[in-house]
Amino acid sequence: MDLTFSAEERAFEQEVRDYIAESLTPEMKRATALTPSVFSDPDIGTAWQRALHKKGWGAPGWPVEHGGPDWTPAQRWIFEAECARAGVPNVNVMGVKMVGPVIIGFGSPEQKNYYLPRILSGEDYWCQGYSEPGSGSDLSSLKTRAVRDGDDYVINGTKIWTTHAHHANRMFALVRTSDEARQQDGISFILIDMKTSGITTRPILTIGGDHEVNQVFFDDVRVPVANRVGEEGKGWTYGKYLLEFERGSGIASAKLREALKTIADLAESEVTGRAIEDPDIAIRMSELEVDIDALEMTELRVLSALQTGQNPGAVSSLIKLRVSEIRQAVTRLGVDVIGQDGLAVEPARPFYRLNHEPAIPEELLPVVPEYLNGRAYTIFGGSSEIQRDIIAKMVLGL
Amino acid sequence: MDLTLSDEQRLLRESADRFVAETFTSEHRKKATNDPLGYSPAIWKQFAELGWLALPIAEAHGGLGGGAIEIGLLMEAFGRGLVSEPFLSTVVIGAALVAECGTEAQQQAILPRVAEGALTLAFAHSERAARFDLAHVDTTAAKTADGWRLNGSKIAVLDGAAASQIIVSARTANANGASGKLCLFLVPPGTPGLTLRDYARLGGGHGCNLDLSDVQVPADALLGDGRDTLPAIETVVDRAMAALGAEAVGIMQTLLDTTLEYTKIRKQFGRPLSANQVIRHRLADVAMQVDEARSMALRAALMAGAEPVARGRAASGAKAKIGRCARFVAEQAVQLHGAMGVTEELDIGAYFKRLLAFDTLFGSSAHHYRRHAALSGRAHA
Repeated sequence: MDLTFSAEERAFEQEVRDYIAESLTPEMKRATALTPSVFSDPDIGTAWQRALHKKGWGAPGWPVEHGGPDWTPAQRWIFEAECARAGVPNVNVMGVKMVGPVIIGFGSPEQKNYYLPRILSGEDYWCQGYSEPGSGSDLSSLKTRAVRDGDDYVINGTKIWTTHAHHANRMFALVRTSDEARQQDGISFILIDMKTSGITTRPILTIGGDHEVNQVFFDDVRVPVANRVGEEGKGWTYGKYLLEFERGSGIASAKLREALKTIADLAESEVTGRAIEDPDIAIRMSELEVDIDALEMTELRVLSALQTGQNPGAVSSLIKLRVSEIRQAVTRLGVDVIGQDGLAVEPARPFYRLNHEPAIPEELLPVVPEYLNGRAYTIFGGSSEIQRDIIAKMVLGL
Repeated sequence: MDLTLSDEQRLLRESADRFVAETFTSEHRKKATNDPLGYSPAIWKQFAELGWLALPIAEAHGGLGGGAIEIGLLMEAFGRGLVSEPFLSTVVIGAALVAECGTEAQQQAILPRVAEGALTLAFAHSERAARFDLAHVDTTAAKTADGWRLNGSKIAVLDGAAASQIIVSARTANANGASGKLCLFLVPPGTPGLTLRDYARLGGGHGCNLDLSDVQVPADALLGDGRDTLPAIETVVDRAMAALGAEAVGIMQTLLDTTLEYTKIRKQFGRPLSANQVIRHRLADVAMQVDEARSMALRAALMAGAEPVARGRAASGAKAKIGRCARFVAEQAVQLHGAMGVTEELDIGAYFKRLLAFDTLFGSSAHHYRRHAALSGRAHA
């Protein structure tokens, strides 16, 4: 057993580090640090996607024939870890990590040729139409209906919690195309142009004061049948494939380590009156660091299994659950570190382009909104309760 | 980057799992409880024949030159069977202290005999006033004309009564009595002035408390050349904590497996316990904590050879985290077995007690989070 990377892998790490150093602008870095929502806004996220695409790194998980870089699992690990360390913006994961793999796996040749290059280049910005007001954890009860009319589907209904629907020019959605005995049947996977008439978007402010999610309404929206991915009625299978991807995607420990380091730096600084001198803060810092060590080791065990062609098993639910809990604990510690400066609410956005001097030091601005918005980590992508159901069934065989 | 087992390591794990499953049955454990030694010398001999006692000892001293990963594989198997043979005290701690501190002659005299199963060791270090501070030793060693005179008291000496030699830590005093270096002395249990109060240890095996009242030992009882041994003790204890972490993982995995089975079989209100979501979610949490503990034990083993701060942070992080997981897993295993869980009729109780012992050995979770914070430069913890 060996925890270290090979000489080639070290060289690759250096290459990644160098490329990030030359292409990540100070403006992007500052904007990312001052973003308290889960996703970066497209003005910075898409700029970073373009920079990665220029280097051929636009979609690390994709096969080579569709523009993936053909990395080993270890290289992907190194790439993710270096990105986290450098504090790069989040790219549009709904494109690269969600709809992209579904199109690659189940799309027609025309769909692949058209959509995949536009995801890589950042030309298309995607949002995900899954949840509905009446269908959260019980997603397959969804009611948004697509009725066949000639070469079109006519869509009526509503989607909710749609991240960046107000930025996106495309949506992938699960819609009901027929009523079957089993509610998972009769669902289809559809690609929708957000400029189609009949689509309206209502902003929903999250608890931290950010506009990140929306409700989207469909009123007789006509979408060509050619925009359906795969077979009619098989959408649930494709959608589940994607959720698995969402859960297992990326390497979370490096990002969590950076998030904790940001809080630790604040705690060491005069800006928080050196909060680290409070023994409770110091111990919680160690507890979280150890939790992240454990998570990282679990991720490395998965990586090692993948490297040697073994099946890592059903650990992605274990990882999703722990990542969301640790993330929340880190943001909670942040709130305690900044103390009474957390009382100052700054309603304007984005924090990196304020037209006025904020009441508290700039670096403290995202801390409370991050904690508040972060309550969503244990809810989206399958709530922690759903994750525990999955673990009981898939990992424990109950 | 490779965390998969080599062929040799896989074989070691398979043979350890098989031997433990066949040998360390419930009946065996019940017999061992009444054994005055707390373990079976016949099985100890088999350990030697299997090469396990030679595992971490250098090849030059009759060993196999294995490392922390191999020790971890054995310890995890030992945890599954609640093995009470003095492997930790003799091989992981005793032999390692001799290897770290002993002169070449002492190593030659002791290590090959450990490897062949002819000699057992114990480490008498902890003192009541020290709590978990490894540097706090009040026991003294005064230089005499022909050796050393030891005075003091020790607690929680693992497997001390059955040991051929007890390694006793003491502060050497010079002529004007000032406290000096922390040194180690080899003391056989029968030495005059040594009072040994043996007890059956929580969770299996034996332990003892020692009183040393003007215990005279010869000059060559001093392990090594008189250098301060605190760094060596810290090294060895960090590695012992990694080994204990692996043992705890084996215990926790067994508790999880057993509890899973029980909740599937036990029926109330006309359906198995495991049909209830509250039970399913609890078991999911138990499984998650077993997995986290597994990752931390592996990490501590992989870091066992790192520089002292990195090694110490990994060892304390593992001890702290696994301690917390162990407490949760053990308490939930008893809870989910219902009233049967709080009896001596099932094995659950024995596994529970071994994890309770694990938690306090070499320091509680709270102690090790504090040490982790201190080693990380968060000095106010």
